[in-house]
Amino acid sequence: MPPLLKIILRRLALGLLTMLVISVLVFAATQALPGDTATAILGKEATPERVKVLREQLGLDRPLLVQYVDWAGGILRGDAGDSLVGTGEPVNQLLGRRVMNTVALMLMAALIAIPPALVLGSLSGRFRDGLFDGAVSVGSLTFAALPTFVIGILLMLLFATQILHILPAVSRVEPTASVWSQMDLLWLPALTLALASAPFTVRMLRGSMIEVLESDYVQMARLKGAPERIVLQRHSLPNAIIPVIQVIALDLAWMAGGVVTVEYLFNYPGIGASLVNAVSNRDVPVVQAIVLLIATVYVVFNLTADILTILISPRLRTGLQ
Amino acid sequence: MSADHPASAGGRPVGALDVGLDGAFNETLGHDLEFPPVRGKHRRREWVQLPLDALHYRITQVGLAMFLFIVAIAVVGPYIAPYSPFEFVTKPYAKPSAVAWLGGDNLGRDVLSRVLCGGRSVLILSAIATAIGMVLGVSLGLVAGYARTAISEVIMRGLDVMLAFPQIVFVLLLVSVLGPQLWLLVLGVGVTLAPPIARVVYGVTMEVKERDFVMAAESLGVSHFKIAFTEILPNIVSPLMVEFGLNLTFAIGTIASLSFLGFGMQPPAADWGLMINENRVGLVIQPYSVFVPVVLIAILAVGVNLVTDGVAHAMIGIDRDTGSS
Repeated sequence: MPPLLKIILRRLALGLLTMLVISVLVFAATQALPGDTATAILGKEATPERVKVLREQLGLDRPLLVQYVDWAGGILRGDAGDSLVGTGEPVNQLLGRRVMNTVALMLMAALIAIPPALVLGSLSGRFRDGLFDGAVSVGSLTFAALPTFVIGILLMLLFATQILHILPAVSRVEPTASVWSQMDLLWLPALTLALASAPFTVRMLRGSMIEVLESDYVQMARLKGAPERIVLQRHSLPNAIIPVIQVIALDLAWMAGGVVTVEYLFNYPGIGASLVNAVSNRDVPVVQAIVLLIATVYVVFNLTADILTILISPRLRTGLQ
Repeated sequence: MSADHPASAGGRPVGALDVGLDGAFNETLGHDLEFPPVRGKHRRREWVQLPLDALHYRITQVGLAMFLFIVAIAVVGPYIAPYSPFEFVTKPYAKPSAVAWLGGDNLGRDVLSRVLCGGRSVLILSAIATAIGMVLGVSLGLVAGYARTAISEVIMRGLDVMLAFPQIVFVLLLVSVLGPQLWLLVLGVGVTLAPPIARVVYGVTMEVKERDFVMAAESLGVSHFKIAFTEILPNIVSPLMVEFGLNLTFAIGTIASLSFLGFGMQPPAADWGLMINENRVGLVIQPYSVFVPVVLIAILAVGVNLVTDGVAHAMIGIDRDTGSS
């Protein structure tokens, strides 16, 4: 087996193992803690008999392992169980459209955030310790520290209520129409996510640019008398682009968590807002499904980034051959 | 071996150490002679000197001023508040007036009083969460970095799994089962802070454990546990200070966010995050009840982050001076 393939397969196996452990954790967290789904639904005043009946109905009296296999098997077949609240709608049906809304929000935020962040990051790395670098640094330190909802409220005050009135403060996406046809509702939540995630991209790219420009091979190219244009194009860029893939993956992974407060704040109908609601109602199947989904997104993005990095890194590739 | 531990050195004035390094100090305290003086100097100075050096940077000064401003509000605020934070003094969402300088909140309570009383919770809760995260992360990182067994691999892979949960999502998972309880929030946030800390500690421990004094202690037969906590730990103080600052920033953000989502402090408590949640419906009519707590949380988080950045700058400076990195 070629060594490259071997590394990729090993990485994939590790990803699968991680997913398995995560699913056990998500399941265990809702089982091992001294709260019971049946008591949660019925409230503390419920009689023991009623709790017992409901436990049997929900299958909570079976051994934990059986419950886990049942739940995980359902997830694998694409059935995340039924909601415990209201009419007991299947979780899939509940979340289907919302998943798409959240994906739209994340994509939009990534589109807004990544290009300017890449430019700012590489420029401040190129002109390191200059005035520009200093300004970018203070800016990214500030936005990196601000909680996402704080950025959101400040934007809301700025664009939607107090100062300018150009964007709606609260997203009310028509359930029947696609989010893309209601772009003005997407702007503020997406801008909030973008501003919250951009500082990490900027700082990471700045670091990688400095590293590449100080590396031996760039020094070597310069010493050989290569013109600066060639040094940047042929020697610096192919290496500086590698972390960009990591950055995009990390950004999207980070946003998977960031959507929770943003969607709640803007009343945006995605899975983040659903998670907050489900937690308030202690709707365990919905919480489990969303947490598992978010963790999966994180693992898949990291995995993809790792594999792409292995495939395109000049050093890793040639080192293996 | 215990006398040169930072905790026991803490009672001595810092100035006295320099005397000791000239030799005179060692004569008056003969039993200290068995410790290599240079190492003692490095250790004691590092955790006192680093913050002092950091203060030379403008960014640290600004950050510290912001942080202290918030601490002052949290400490003094409740004593100078014009009303009780629970008292109904005006109409709901009343505009600022002579009665209530910042207007009324959603129930007609005084916004100014609630702002002055609402800072303690976020400060205290995030400090405790950070402490939990540091203790957990440092212990795991030290053990994983210093152990030469399969334990390292198990710990590090386990931490990778934890990293797949965004902080807030993990805490929400816990809250969905036990309900919004403060100890659970603090513990949950602390646990989610630990993996990245452990990774950093793991990295620096791998470096430090190859140094001569660790080898020396090992050849003397000092237990591995003791080496990890009395030889290696004092030598990674600088990166730990930076980690503490970074994680305090994260903890403030997460704790405030959880309060904002309604899972932190519960009504009728005065808490900045909760105030934002309660009053955001009235954002258009009475912005101060939201804007003021938002700005205060922002000042706190940014201030801590700026100080941390200053300390990180100073750390690079110190390493360059001693040539240790």
